[in-house]
Amino acid sequence: MMQAIDKKLLRDFGRLWAQGLAIALVLAAGITVIIMSIGMSRALNESREAYYAQNRFAHIFAGARRAPDSLARDIRAIPGVLEVETQVRGHATLDIPGRTKPASGHLISYDPARPPALNIPILRSGRWPERPGEVVVNEPFAEANDFRLGTVFSVNLNGRKREVRITGTALSPEFIYTIGPGALVPQNESYGILWLPHEVLDAAFNMDGAFSHVSLALLPGTQTDDVTDALDQLLKPYGGTSSFDRSLQQSNAFLDAEITQLEVLAYILPPVFLGISIFLVNLVVGRIVLLERAEIGLMKAIGYSSWDICLHYLMLAGLIALVGIAIGVVAGSWLAHATATLYARYFDFPFLVFGVPSSIYAASALLALAATSLGASRSAIHAARLAPAIAMSPPAPPNFRRSIFDRAIDAIGFSQPARMILRSLTRWPLRAATTLFGVALAVAILVASSFFPDAIDDIIDKAFYQSNRQDVLLLFDPDVPLSGIADVRRLPGVLQVEPQQYHAAILRHGHLEKRLAVSTVSPKNDLARVVDDAGSVVAPDATGLLISERLATALDVRVGDTITTTFETGLRETFEIPVSGVVIQYFGLGAYLDHEHLNRLFRQDPRMSTVNVTLADPIYPEAFEEAVKELPGVMGTIDMTQNRMSFSDTISQNILIVTTIYAILGSIITVGVCYNAARIQLSQRARELASLRILGFSKFDVAKVLVGEVMILVILAQPLGWWFGAEIARWMTEGFSSDLYAIPLVLKPSTYATASLIVLAAAVISTLIVARRLGQLDLIAVMKTRE
Amino acid sequence: MTDQPLDAVFRTKEVSKIYDVGEIQVHALREVSVSLYEGELAVLLGPSGSGKSTFLNILGGLDHPTTGRVWFRQTELTTASDRALTRYRRDHVGFVFQFYNLVPSLTARENVQLVTDVARDPMRPEEALTLVGLDARMDHFPAQLSGGEQQRVAIARAVAKRPDVLLCDEPTGALDSKTGTTVLETLRHINDTFGTSTAVITHNAAIQQMAHRVIHFQDGRIDRIDQNETQIAPAEISW
Repeated sequence: MMQAIDKKLLRDFGRLWAQGLAIALVLAAGITVIIMSIGMSRALNESREAYYAQNRFAHIFAGARRAPDSLARDIRAIPGVLEVETQVRGHATLDIPGRTKPASGHLISYDPARPPALNIPILRSGRWPERPGEVVVNEPFAEANDFRLGTVFSVNLNGRKREVRITGTALSPEFIYTIGPGALVPQNESYGILWLPHEVLDAAFNMDGAFSHVSLALLPGTQTDDVTDALDQLLKPYGGTSSFDRSLQQSNAFLDAEITQLEVLAYILPPVFLGISIFLVNLVVGRIVLLERAEIGLMKAIGYSSWDICLHYLMLAGLIALVGIAIGVVAGSWLAHATATLYARYFDFPFLVFGVPSSIYAASALLALAATSLGASRSAIHAARLAPAIAMSPPAPPNFRRSIFDRAIDAIGFSQPARMILRSLTRWPLRAATTLFGVALAVAILVASSFFPDAIDDIIDKAFYQSNRQDVLLLFDPDVPLSGIADVRRLPGVLQVEPQQYHAAILRHGHLEKRLAVSTVSPKNDLARVVDDAGSVVAPDATGLLISERLATALDVRVGDTITTTFETGLRETFEIPVSGVVIQYFGLGAYLDHEHLNRLFRQDPRMSTVNVTLADPIYPEAFEEAVKELPGVMGTIDMTQNRMSFSDTISQNILIVTTIYAILGSIITVGVCYNAARIQLSQRARELASLRILGFSKFDVAKVLVGEVMILVILAQPLGWWFGAEIARWMTEGFSSDLYAIPLVLKPSTYATASLIVLAAAVISTLIVARRLGQLDLIAVMKTRE
Repeated sequence: MTDQPLDAVFRTKEVSKIYDVGEIQVHALREVSVSLYEGELAVLLGPSGSGKSTFLNILGGLDHPTTGRVWFRQTELTTASDRALTRYRRDHVGFVFQFYNLVPSLTARENVQLVTDVARDPMRPEEALTLVGLDARMDHFPAQLSGGEQQRVAIARAVAKRPDVLLCDEPTGALDSKTGTTVLETLRHINDTFGTSTAVITHNAAIQQMAHRVIHFQDGRIDRIDQNETQIAPAEISW
């Protein structure tokens, strides 16, 4: 049978349900974020690991112009190399029936007699290609284009159009996140991975007895740097592009960035929610212990021990934690599943090992219990320490004394209710500070979350409307003489053309190095420009490198320092190039050289690797696109209009979900803090407020005292919340920053204003709910009850 | 004060209690030496602030004297630890307070159960409530009971553990005379039936007629002790 003290516990909890629920919701918010973010990052990580292990994802990757097959034996002999896989790879434009928009493909050779030993693709339907004219495409590409087995389309193989028939679909651990050249988000409709019989690619790219791509698996514990150095030496005579490890493999790097983001979320937000819960439990249990002094005395008089009493109040907090855990677990699991569905759209896993590990549930439950216990401990210990005789006598009235503050109040001549508010604030500074801090955190959460849309707007504006203003980007591979620009200018509908060059290079400063593409800009450039943080156009000077700020940080260089730049194109020469400028950018690690200067360095006639184009009618560029398909040397085209739209669509959809969630979380905190603060005041000052009513103050006057105190704190909390929110936002942007992209810290007045308005609204509503109780105050009963 | 140590349930020696209230010191008790005997019903009489409640709290192990010594039977309470005092209260003492001190969130039965849960050899809660005539109102919450009924629940709660001593602080202080009488009859009944040593604090002089002895408090000291040769029934007391 249940003990009477436990029944008291349950009934007390039942009586306090609204306050308890308000706290439980805050706690639940913290647990939700933990389960969602850690659960998802684990799910991504474990799915990836399992996929990589099963399908033998390589450790090292490298390309070459044309390396003889016999070199594979030498590569295998590098110490630490376990397995070597050589392939012919290339790019091609695709001509898909019924589709006028250009599409391009990444081509991989497939030898049915010798299936790949590394980066093993998984056949999802059909069969592997066996003879020329057959192709297997990656599943997302097939789905986006509504391909079936047997669908036929054309591949522009090094200038020769060939028809291919789809025999199957596949997924590969190399292409979990498939992003085409120049694209910002996956566009499965216009970019595909194609596996073709090796003889087709051998013939098309003149690769008989040679390879252009190599992947290595390493023995456990091997130093990747040693292997990449050795591999680079071997490939150098054959036009090798420098090798790289998994951290630079595109699909893997995007997954890394995503997992880091989730982890950052898990480390920054839950502590805030747990912290607020601690404060709230502290407030509420503290108040209950004060109210139940007599009952505590009684229980001690009856013979309950100090430990029994302490445990009693800890368990009250524990019950709040249980409700929070229950809500948090349900919401967290649901949100994790929703996120998993969202991820399934971007990441192409053959399976997603989804399941939040039970250890995460257990850990978050323990954290919640620890937070509430910590919050309740001060009051519970105080209750346990109360001497029974003291406990049963009313608490001594708070020691109100005249202070300088009171003289100030007198001097200003406040009304009596205003004095009550101000005195109460100064007499219980800890309680006031707790409320203020809690509200400030709510504001902070809202500021920190709602800066995202502004940040993304800023990114889109800088990247698409100020820096890259072209409608279409034509890619040539290899680069072609600048004279080819005339052919592009003659294409139908073309208004402006602007050539650019991209050269893969290794940038070194001391022991630090980064691999990236150095692009050329010319002062005359109008379509592809470098725009700094303030929105003004910057250009490298005649002989120096203009680099992005994150690259400067990564290489630890300043303007005036020299970067050792080794190009992997042309004559593969190394130059010492001074840094002439640093610019803040959000995508990739940018490095820019003057177009003319690069030509001089390369001692070459002017060339181009891309052409930026604007069109008379960018919405209907069909005639232009049809003509481009016939242009020799074009490896692919990038429809920037399409790029802009799909980026905005994808991102804005995600942003809407995320900001809605945070607005809800921020409101929960505000309601939790304000409702509890007002309730505690009401119970603490019931006699005072009833006295005011008896003395003839109206309900409205009395409500002003109650609402006034909370609202003063809420208003005072705003600046602190703004500051703290900006700090959290700054931590998040730092945590989210990777080599692939960074998020700018864009905090507009409207961000602060919105956060404050939401918090003020939530505060007014929750305080008014409490103020309504003033109407139910039984004046006689309140005055008769013993304090 | 004459001592009969063998029969004394409580013995105090020069007990003083000083409270610090804000910036002033209040001498609640000044060197009180007295004994209470097994089975007797003693009334502690005196005006407000005379030290009665403080004295009772010290006997009940709710408070410590500032100086002096207190014995319960052979055990000295003044040197007992908090833990020992908790056990002492749990096993030996029943309290009745002026304001009942019922837990509002528990029914009459559950308020009694609060004690029987931790006592060594308790009655059943129902038995204790029947004893005070509340067998019909066991499942009512305090708010649904009259003042007299609440006080009788408090008495049931105090006696349910079969205490050796019953300490009552103004048990009728908040009640009208009719309900007050019922409560006093209940106390008398317990004292007669179980021989429980009972100390009742009051500032109502009429009540002293039901006691074996009357201890008069004044300014923190015992003014005098009267022995009643005959006790009259509570029903005959009028106030």
